[in-house]
Amino acid sequence: MTTSTEPATKPPGRPRRAKVRPGDRNFSWATRAAGVLILIVLAGVAAFLVREAIPAFRADPAEIDGGEGFFAYVWPLVFGTLVAAFIALIIATPLALGIALFISHYAPRRMAQGLGYVVDLLAAIPSVVYGLWGIQWLAPNVRGTWEWLADNLGFIPLFAGPASATGRTMMTAGVVLAVMILPIITAIAREVFLQTPTLHQEAALALGATRWEMIRMAVLPFGRPGLISGVMLGLGRALGETMAVAMVLSTGGFTWSMVSSGNNTIAAEIALDFPESAGIETNTLIAAGLVLFVITLAVNMLARWIVARREAFSGAN
Amino acid sequence: MNFSIVRRRLAPVAVAGAAALVLSACGSDPETDATSDTAGGDGGGETDDSGDGSESSLSGSLSGAGASSQESAVQAWIAGFQQQNPDVTVNYAPEGSGAGREQFTSGAVPFAGSDAALDEKEMAAAEDACGAPAVNLPLYIDPIALPYNLPGVDNLNLSPEVIAGIFNEQITNWNDPAIAQDNPDATLPDMPITPVHRSDESGTTENFVDYLSQAAPDAWPHEVSGDWPTDLSGEAAAQTPGVIQAVDAAEGTIGYASAAAVGDRTTVAVGVGEEFVEYSAEAAAAVVANSPQAEGRAEHDLAIDLARDTTESGNYPIVLISYTIVCTAYSDEQTGNLVTEYVSYVASDEGQQAAAEAAGSAPISDEMQTDVQSALDSIEIG
Amino acid sequence: MTVDTAARTESTPLTHRQLPRRIVPVVLAVSIAAGAGLAALVGFSLPALAILSAVVFTVAITTVSGVVEGRRKAVDRLVTTLVYSAFAVALVPLISVVWSVLDNGLVRFGADFLNTSMRNVTGLHDQEAVEGIGPYIGGAYHALLGTFLITALATAISVPVGLMTSIYLVEYGRGKLAKAIRFFVDVMTGIPSIVAGLFAASLFAVLFGVGTRNGFAGAVALSVLMIPVVVRSSEEMLRIVPNELREAAYALGVPKWRTIVKVVLPTAVSGIASGVTLAIARVVGETAPLIVTAGFTSSINSNPFSDWMMSLPAYVYSSAMRPLSGSEPQPSFDRAWAAALTLVIIVMALNLIARLIARIFAPKTGR
Repeated sequence: MTTSTEPATKPPGRPRRAKVRPGDRNFSWATRAAGVLILIVLAGVAAFLVREAIPAFRADPAEIDGGEGFFAYVWPLVFGTLVAAFIALIIATPLALGIALFISHYAPRRMAQGLGYVVDLLAAIPSVVYGLWGIQWLAPNVRGTWEWLADNLGFIPLFAGPASATGRTMMTAGVVLAVMILPIITAIAREVFLQTPTLHQEAALALGATRWEMIRMAVLPFGRPGLISGVMLGLGRALGETMAVAMVLSTGGFTWSMVSSGNNTIAAEIALDFPESAGIETNTLIAAGLVLFVITLAVNMLARWIVARREAFSGAN
Repeated sequence: MNFSIVRRRLAPVAVAGAAALVLSACGSDPETDATSDTAGGDGGGETDDSGDGSESSLSGSLSGAGASSQESAVQAWIAGFQQQNPDVTVNYAPEGSGAGREQFTSGAVPFAGSDAALDEKEMAAAEDACGAPAVNLPLYIDPIALPYNLPGVDNLNLSPEVIAGIFNEQITNWNDPAIAQDNPDATLPDMPITPVHRSDESGTTENFVDYLSQAAPDAWPHEVSGDWPTDLSGEAAAQTPGVIQAVDAAEGTIGYASAAAVGDRTTVAVGVGEEFVEYSAEAAAAVVANSPQAEGRAEHDLAIDLARDTTESGNYPIVLISYTIVCTAYSDEQTGNLVTEYVSYVASDEGQQAAAEAAGSAPISDEMQTDVQSALDSIEIG
Repeated sequence: MTVDTAARTESTPLTHRQLPRRIVPVVLAVSIAAGAGLAALVGFSLPALAILSAVVFTVAITTVSGVVEGRRKAVDRLVTTLVYSAFAVALVPLISVVWSVLDNGLVRFGADFLNTSMRNVTGLHDQEAVEGIGPYIGGAYHALLGTFLITALATAISVPVGLMTSIYLVEYGRGKLAKAIRFFVDVMTGIPSIVAGLFAASLFAVLFGVGTRNGFAGAVALSVLMIPVVVRSSEEMLRIVPNELREAAYALGVPKWRTIVKVVLPTAVSGIASGVTLAIARVVGETAPLIVTAGFTSSINSNPFSDWMMSLPAYVYSSAMRPLSGSEPQPSFDRAWAAALTLVIIVMALNLIARLIARIFAPKTGR
């Protein structure tokens, strides 16, 4: 913990411990209790999830959707989930970085505040609206692009034709997800960039750095953990997004092609099939939810690991 | 304790709460009908007895859950019932048939809507929860139409085998000889067929697939389920409006959807025996009336075994039946009265007419009405 | 020594030549002209023009700057151009989303829509309205009220818990417990929303009997989704509060908890407020967990502790996906868009409040 300040209060060589004040003790207990409460809730959720999922793992493979057991059923969904989130991140991260920098360091100050506000607002648009927008506005407008990709780059399996007649493909879903997570990543990144110590920035500029060099040397290293956190929050949303994908994507079985109908994500599969499911099917869907849970966890751990490696930069040491 | 931080943190909550209080003071129910005064206050429980419902002694709230297919009809029934009984609030959560059956059999809701009747296991669970057998009442009949988007072709006749071939992606072009055989007079274009199916699991899909596997077993090898077979590609869309939208969006498409949502789009006349039948409320009600009751059911249980492969003239076999499932005994008097009154309104001419006008469903036959009423009369309350 | 310095001054002058300020508009104008020419070659369209002009401009300004001003300046100009274009590119979908919401939402949005519920409204009313023999009736008051109450309750649960946890993680937490909490907060961000809903539903079934559904159950379900977002964003914001501030406070003899409350939190409050807004935004649009916990109704219910409660996203979803009248779905679609607009306005208002609070309490800085 870089910011743990406890040691500062008891410098080495001092013989007696500082007296613990009652206010301090109560406050630290209150914070700890909040943390423990989270653990309890999560234990409850996990117990519920596992209890409901177990029948799907134990069931006769023939009873599971597709008739070949749970893992044969779930892996195309895992693939779809990862691919959609990956497309979204590829598109959204550089854009979000650009917008955040624009707001924090390029735009005139007055305009920047308004923009920050608009970005926060966009994060609030319900995903149903993104879904409707994806079907009505985006899909017809990008159909031509996917057709062009299928015609000209069709030899790459990812763009193999025939392109969907309605444009409701994995690529479109990825773009919709990118638009959805853009405000999330931007909002966090912007906040962090704005917190960069002014002294560092001014020092860089005083040494003759150009604006970009200042950003590269002072702002980005300082903001990197925050940016990664923002990206992970965005990724979490992209992985778990249900309605937008369910509405935009023309779902179907596994295919490598990103520009034709097909593929599905775990969250969308749950949203689409859960209401009318019963018995073992419900268990299967919840087990798929458990898989999503594990994927998100793995992604988060990866992010934590990346942040931890750069720990030297986090905090203002 | 430092209060400024508390104040600070709670301020948005306080503002939101205050705004909610202001809101709750000014909202009202819409003026839906000049003759019945249902406006004013919140829907929980009003004491104001005026308008149509002045003689009604019913009050309280009733909540059910289940199939989303019958949601718009349920909204019409609830509205009609609440207008007759202003002190009553009926809620219906369109969570899906599976969720509805599960909650009914665990005793969480006193009635459920479902696109499938309770099976044996569920029946046993329901008997535990109710203290008496449950009954399935077929109160919502919805023809499933096949809209298509093919400019220049206003009438299209398709036999069950051809429909199955199209949706099974064996017949892939509109100028296929099998289609031409059914339509000697039409000029069929050389255009690929894009079949559109539901991406969500739905009773509409299950009934359509059930029809295909019964009427054209050779051309439709897939299992009957509410989920479209995953090995077929085609175009998928969520919910009924999604299917309609996808059919509108591209030429050469054909889909299946609740007839009410199809509007004035061109639809397929389906082959029944030697003739081709366009969908209609009468033709749909006819096939239900001509279908046998499901076997091995308790007394008053009206579950139906639909005759999909009917060859009878004037019957339209692609029909979705959505059941209302109730207990035959309620220990709570208020709930029991509300359920029986509500369901008998649903089964009445008035209720069926309201659903037909609002949701486009097909009214049930007189004979069915009598059966439902005698089932309701058998319910023990208290 | 002197010779050396002189030689170096010769090779790298202390000042560089600079491009005049008006070079940017000039290059931009030339690029647009060139872009138009190129676009005409591939088939003219506005997007093609914009993209090609942007590419030409980026290349041109970087090259010109590289020749005249040197490599470092050129890189700076290149990045500036990229940042501006990232912003412009992102604006396209965002504006189009906002435009869709406004354009479609304003059709039905108004006092009448906000003030009436859907009680006793059927597809028949919609059909009559479309045919012109009846008025457009029905609104989202019941859903608006429900969303307000449920979200406020969820916020009241999540923000204290989340904020306290993040304080624990940043200021106190060491050892296994902190590690475990941090790890499991990450786990929590991966809970699919329907699972959170089912969990809350079964929790309430155990506590208050089978089939219990009310606004409070909905708030609990939303809290499960909201807490990890609050923890994660506040943790990030608390962590970037400079240690100098804390140390200065300790040096003055301020107790640790007062330092946190009086120094650390106010410094981070703008970021925390932003994070809370994001968390609210994350849950305010949830449909599925609310239907299984809070229920679904067309009547008004202002008591979140008993009876079923409607929410705006459930209203939007059911109006958009299952119109009241199959044959005339447009009035239902209009209602869906108007409700979506309402949702956006609510979050906008909450955001505004959060920002005001942040501004009032944030310390004055040099920025």
